Amino acid sequence: MHMTHTTQIKVDALTKAFTLHTQGGVRIPVLEAISFEVAAGECVVLDGPSGAGKSTLLRCLYANYLAASGSILVRDAATGAMRDIVRATPQQIIELRRTTISYVSQFLRVIPRVSSLDIVAEPLLALGEDRSVARDKAAALLAQLNLPERLWQLPPATFSGGEQQRINIARGFIAARPIMLLDEPTASLDAINRAVVIDLIRQRCAAGTAIVGIFHDAEVRDAVATRRLAIQPVTALAA
Amino acid sequence: MKPTNPLLQVRNLAKHYGRRIGCEQVSFDLYPGEVLCIAGESGSGKSTLLNTLAFQLRPDAGQVIYDLKDRGATDLATLSDAALRELWRTDWGFVRQNPRDGLRMRVSAGANIGERLMAVGSRHYGSIREVALDWLQRVEIDATRLDDAPTSFSGGMQQRLQIARNLVTHPRLVFMDEPTAGLDVSVQARFLDLLRGLAAELHIAVILVTHDLAVARLLAHRLIVMKDGRIVESGLTDQLLDDPQHPYTQLLVSSVLAA
Repeated sequence: MHMTHTTQIKVDALTKAFTLHTQGGVRIPVLEAISFEVAAGECVVLDGPSGAGKSTLLRCLYANYLAASGSILVRDAATGAMRDIVRATPQQIIELRRTTISYVSQFLRVIPRVSSLDIVAEPLLALGEDRSVARDKAAALLAQLNLPERLWQLPPATFSGGEQQRINIARGFIAARPIMLLDEPTASLDAINRAVVIDLIRQRCAAGTAIVGIFHDAEVRDAVATRRLAIQPVTALAA
Repeated sequence: MKPTNPLLQVRNLAKHYGRRIGCEQVSFDLYPGEVLCIAGESGSGKSTLLNTLAFQLRPDAGQVIYDLKDRGATDLATLSDAALRELWRTDWGFVRQNPRDGLRMRVSAGANIGERLMAVGSRHYGSIREVALDWLQRVEIDATRLDDAPTSFSGGMQQRLQIARNLVTHPRLVFMDEPTAGLDVSVQARFLDLLRGLAAELHIAVILVTHDLAVARLLAHRLIVMKDGRIVESGLTDQLLDDPQHPYTQLLVSSVLAA
């Protein structure tokens, strides 16, 4: 499982377009025949102008968006086999998200009444970890990310953008999964917390996690990238 | 991924009212512990489908196959009325939109819970009362309300009592028809969070009918969208809400403020 250079993600001829039926059926192509691989221990940073489809690509890798064609193979942590998430059943995708793929978006989707500590601990509980161990680990991560302890027992609905983002990051990092997808995880953080996140990413990478990320901030990009992947906007193919 | 058998298998199910379609060509599998939401607008056939799945309405065509505890996968059409009633009060649960349809309003909260327990063979008064008290607290109703009738409860408490009454027998499948439709938004959150926790903790499969896509987002692993009695799209909840493929699903998703 922890061999470096093992391919964890293999994307082949991935195409994604949105057909907007409420807008007269206009078809917007976003990704066209994208192919790449990511090995264990790599941090691949997606480069490209705004609107090039970087976030769309990450969402396809998480099966939050449905690819139009092509395949996305990920190495299933439970079996070691490659599995195509474009053709996986919902049950299989839920299982892959539990064991194999973690995704940190820019925004936290708040669950009413659930405390910050429990939101962070949840991915570990889903893997069968003991509640008190999971909570301790969640507390350690929140402390590392400088989230004031008085906030830990509160639901994050009323927190600032930066506080919510740190909860999101802690939730994404608490369970060691072999694949991590990071969509601007440092967008609303100050310099100190940006440095903490850079450290977390580098540690995961060194431990063999395959990471694909989007980072607006050049300092973060340079600090974590082991490789760059250019994503070009698809031009004028719509009809 | 896990080699489990489906709990419920639905094949080409149809229910008609005269020449009007209630639902038709409905097929899906439900696995143990899965929360499935059926979404659609009023008149889309989602409540008819729920009642037909539960065999409280007899289908005109198709099959509902349930993995019975003692017999394994069984076509519900082959069960006697008595066996169906037994299934309804023990291994299945029903949470209704109107608490009056799901509770006995004139008997105490404790008796509402105890009645289901007695259906699975509990006879000892003291232990029934103890279990009822425990469940009352699990659904966040004060223990002092055990002997009060649900008529004196708020709407939110009544819905939580329905949950306790149903889950006390540890059903493997619970059907819910718009359980939050009559509740204030602030009360909805408490109900949904409680339901989410209990379903996961007890590994209960849930089929929940709702017109509220935010409820589906919060609770459901999978989502089925219905229109005119048929399934127009189904899949992973967040994928279906964030990247809907069917014109009707796109319209539905784009018509709500935030889901």
